[in-house]
Amino acid sequence: MSQQYYEKDDLQDFPNIAEYASEQGEKFFEYYDRATSAGKLTEREKSLIALTVATVRHCPYCIDAYTNKCLSLGVGHDEMMEAIHVGAAMVAGDTLVHATQMRKIVKKKEM
Amino acid sequence: MDLRQQHELLYRMDKTDSFMDRLKGSAAYPLRAQSIEILQLNVTRRCNLCCRHCHVEGSPEQTGELSRENMEACLRVAAIPEITTLDITGGAPEMHPRLEWFLKEAAGIGKRLLVRSNGAILLEDPYRRYLDIYAETGVEVVLSLPHPLRERTDRMRGTGIFERIITAMKELNKRGYGNSETGRILNLVHNPVGAFLPGSQQALESEYRSRLRQDYGVEFNSLYCLTNCPVGRYLDFLKRSGNLPDYINLLKQSFNPEAVQNLMCRTTLSVGVDGRLFDCDFNQVLDLSLSDGTPAHIRDFNYEKLSRREIVVRSHCFACTAGSGSSCQGALE
Ligand code: SF4
Ligand code: SF4
Repeated sequence: MSQQYYEKDDLQDFPNIAEYASEQGEKFFEYYDRATSAGKLTEREKSLIALTVATVRHCPYCIDAYTNKCLSLGVGHDEMMEAIHVGAAMVAGDTLVHATQMRKIVKKKEM
Repeated sequence: MDLRQQHELLYRMDKTDSFMDRLKGSAAYPLRAQSIEILQLNVTRRCNLCCRHCHVEGSPEQTGELSRENMEACLRVAAIPEITTLDITGGAPEMHPRLEWFLKEAAGIGKRLLVRSNGAILLEDPYRRYLDIYAETGVEVVLSLPHPLRERTDRMRGTGIFERIITAMKELNKRGYGNSETGRILNLVHNPVGAFLPGSQQALESEYRSRLRQDYGVEFNSLYCLTNCPVGRYLDFLKRSGNLPDYINLLKQSFNPEAVQNLMCRTTLSVGVDGRLFDCDFNQVLDLSLSDGTPAHIRDFNYEKLSRREIVVRSHCFACTAGSGSSCQGALE
């Protein structure tokens, strides 16, 4: 028996997560499909967004799924990397913007 | 990888959850042909290229070609009313010494006639003349372009090949190919460059169209997306890169029972370089003969028997039922 929490094959169980709460699960999948398939944005654009979010959220399952999806849709490596840089910049940015909280407190507290 | 090794790997895959089991689960076993509309001829496995995904393992070293006698038998079969399409493939069909003669004869039959070309060969002597021969005979040209990005296609087919395919497309465009008003059809084939499935044909077609138009000013009619079948050099790649179990799982997980009814082998008959008959080009490469009691050679063609034959299936067939399904005419949906 494997000692890892994250196993590649775990992803295969994802379609079964509706099992113990079917109504919510089914509604989630319906929503998920609607949200990630082509609409005003193309499937390609949505896949790049999904890959970026997956990377920012450190989800190995979604990184696997959406890297494959991007490859399947002919997305270039450079485009995937550029999208991930947007995520990285956002993470850096939203960290740094919170420095304002620290700055506010410092300015208020110090003599 | 030799044939015995390929069979061993496929049999190993068949041990659990085989394609036959899935067909039984969908009440589609035994799988039977329903007609023969397309006669697909593999005229030679010789090729000027040596692509990494090639299921027929085409290369300049391959020998053998469909004989004149067998070609004549194919023309007789193509003339029967049930056959609508004559599909010529290889290797590089242009390397068959009698292709020009055959195309002219076949064009006279008045059926849909298509030739699958790698494009790059159309810039080489003595094959350059096929640019004009194709235009004269009005044959539909199906060019294999695995990816609209140079680097990706070259990884699969060899450095500089992408550029040559684009130049061949320009030449074909000049002759009216790829223009919906001329009736000269230029279709492209996409194969994933790696161990993953093709994305939606519609999305990829628009990706190809905008990139090729914007970056190179070339046009085509439609894009066919093909799933790579775990056979030949592609099977070898999967095995060597450690992707084989994952890829097979992916194909199995993506099994689409609805694709079964439209499998290309149900309406296609494939002719090998020696005139033997097969359910498809993949079975041909694996040397999986037609089921017992069916005429085995083009000279013994019998529509009644062949159009209702039982199809010989193995686990490589999962490539045809994955996702939207896959055939030589692209996705099945
Ligand atoms: S994929 Fe086509 S072009 Fe490439 S080696 Fe095989 S037959 Fe030749
Ligand atoms: S591999 Fe050939 S026999 Fe198998 S399903 Fe595909 S077309 Fe039919």
